[in-house]
Amino acid sequence: MTSTSPIVEVSSLRKTYGGRTVVDEVSFSVDEGEIFGILGPNGAGKTTTVECVEGLRIPDGGRVRVAGLDPVADHAAVTQVLGAQLQESELQAKLTVREALELYAALYPNPADWRPLAERLGLTGRLNTRFGVLSGGQKQRLFIALALIGNPRVVVLDELTTGLDPRARRDTWEIVEDVRANGVTVLLVTHFMEEAQRLCDRIALIDKGRITALDTPQGLISRTAGSTIISFTPSAPLDDADVAALPALASVEEKDGRITLGGSDETVTALLSLLARHRITAHQLRVTDATLDDAFLDLTGATK
Amino acid sequence: MSTIAAVRRTSPGTAVLRAEARLFRREAGTLFWTLGFPPLLLVILGSIRSFRKFDDGLGMRVIDVYVPTLVLVALIVTGLQAMPPVITGYRERGILRRMSLTPVQPTALLTAQMGLNGTAGVLSALITLTIGRLAFDVQLPKQAAGYALAFLLTVTAALALGALISALAPTARLATGIGMVVFFPSLFSAGLWAPVQSMPHTLREIVVLLPFGAASQALEQAAAGHWPDWSHLGVLTAWAVVLTAAAARWFRWE
Repeated sequence: MTSTSPIVEVSSLRKTYGGRTVVDEVSFSVDEGEIFGILGPNGAGKTTTVECVEGLRIPDGGRVRVAGLDPVADHAAVTQVLGAQLQESELQAKLTVREALELYAALYPNPADWRPLAERLGLTGRLNTRFGVLSGGQKQRLFIALALIGNPRVVVLDELTTGLDPRARRDTWEIVEDVRANGVTVLLVTHFMEEAQRLCDRIALIDKGRITALDTPQGLISRTAGSTIISFTPSAPLDDADVAALPALASVEEKDGRITLGGSDETVTALLSLLARHRITAHQLRVTDATLDDAFLDLTGATK
Repeated sequence: MSTIAAVRRTSPGTAVLRAEARLFRREAGTLFWTLGFPPLLLVILGSIRSFRKFDDGLGMRVIDVYVPTLVLVALIVTGLQAMPPVITGYRERGILRRMSLTPVQPTALLTAQMGLNGTAGVLSALITLTIGRLAFDVQLPKQAAGYALAFLLTVTAALALGALISALAPTARLATGIGMVVFFPSLFSAGLWAPVQSMPHTLREIVVLLPFGAASQALEQAAAGHWPDWSHLGVLTAWAVVLTAAAARWFRWE
């Protein structure tokens, strides 16, 4: 293993259930130290893909490697480099947080000390609480702790924040960033754009079992037409023809005297000089980037 | 993060067993039905005056016949009532799946559950034998080796039947339901309603082919001081083997 080779490699992965292809020719690789996102609508094949990475499912085609190991054939070795939080799994309802941490630590040959881990995840005050009465956020924090307890090099987090309130979601995001800051690679499955945009270095966009785009969040956004949104209220009417002539213009909308344009940085510069030439003031001028939401709709819409 | 935990390490198998034992002790209902119910039933039956009198038809007292039956009730309750919903629930709630992501495979959970339920059955049987001896003057098994052999075969068959129910039931609720359906015929064949000896001939012929019917006969013979008939031990062994194979064949981890 050299440090430059990717920690997770998936090539031409294919998985079918009863003749229905749910993962089709999926390829991507995750570099060590990255937060890599798998983003897509529900039922797109995200979970099946990571289950093949975890060794829980046997691929029907293609190749998966985790730190150079086959997750199915070398399952025991893979469990020591890969930790995971599963989308729908629970623990024994009457097991306390402390007991769960002690139990899972005992399953690994070189576990992390669970005490500082519990502290980092804000579980110290809950050690004697039974799993069954934890809140959704506390359960997820415990599952992150269990994913990290074997000192893995990569963790898979599947729909980590689904069902959490906005506060708990934001807390969880900070934890994920903290995990990466500690040198652990993160493979994050989500259907929340905001989450992917905030956390991921790169994102594979999956739709209907196929990767439709793979890029940085910014790269995905800039691929969409109208990646920059400009809105303002002009002090005097603007000539429609002048507006339509703006470079890289993707969309124009006018409502109650307020104009919203979709375009690029070039559009912004041209608009500003247009306004200056006509001595028109742009009240409440706002220039924002399009979100991944817009990019996602654009990119998945194109495949329909 | 990279701090290595204390030098004194618990082995993974022990850690799983310890955690499951703790959880087992937290289930007050299960504890009552496995450890408390069979001895309690013995005390109730033993309080009936006529059961403590010599019965000419049976050739012994009714309470003497009931002790082996209640030993079987303990095994039936642990194998068919206590264990299946737990194991099926572990599968249903993804607990087995979660454990398969660790270096320890979920078999450790099944082994721990079977070990704990088996132990609870043995403990319950010992309590029943002790109460029978001390409170109602029921002789301890005279052919101890034969009794122990028949008993161990029955424990195996009961746990294997429980494992098969866990394997076939998709949800914990259904595991409880199927457990119930098998529970009453099992109690009947063990002789809870009427001692197997007093059953009509044809019915007895059928009952001794069932695991708990054969077990009840084998235990009774050993209690009376005879080596159990090989036919009964053979029936028990066959059930234990077939049920174990079926459970292993159909068990799903998710």
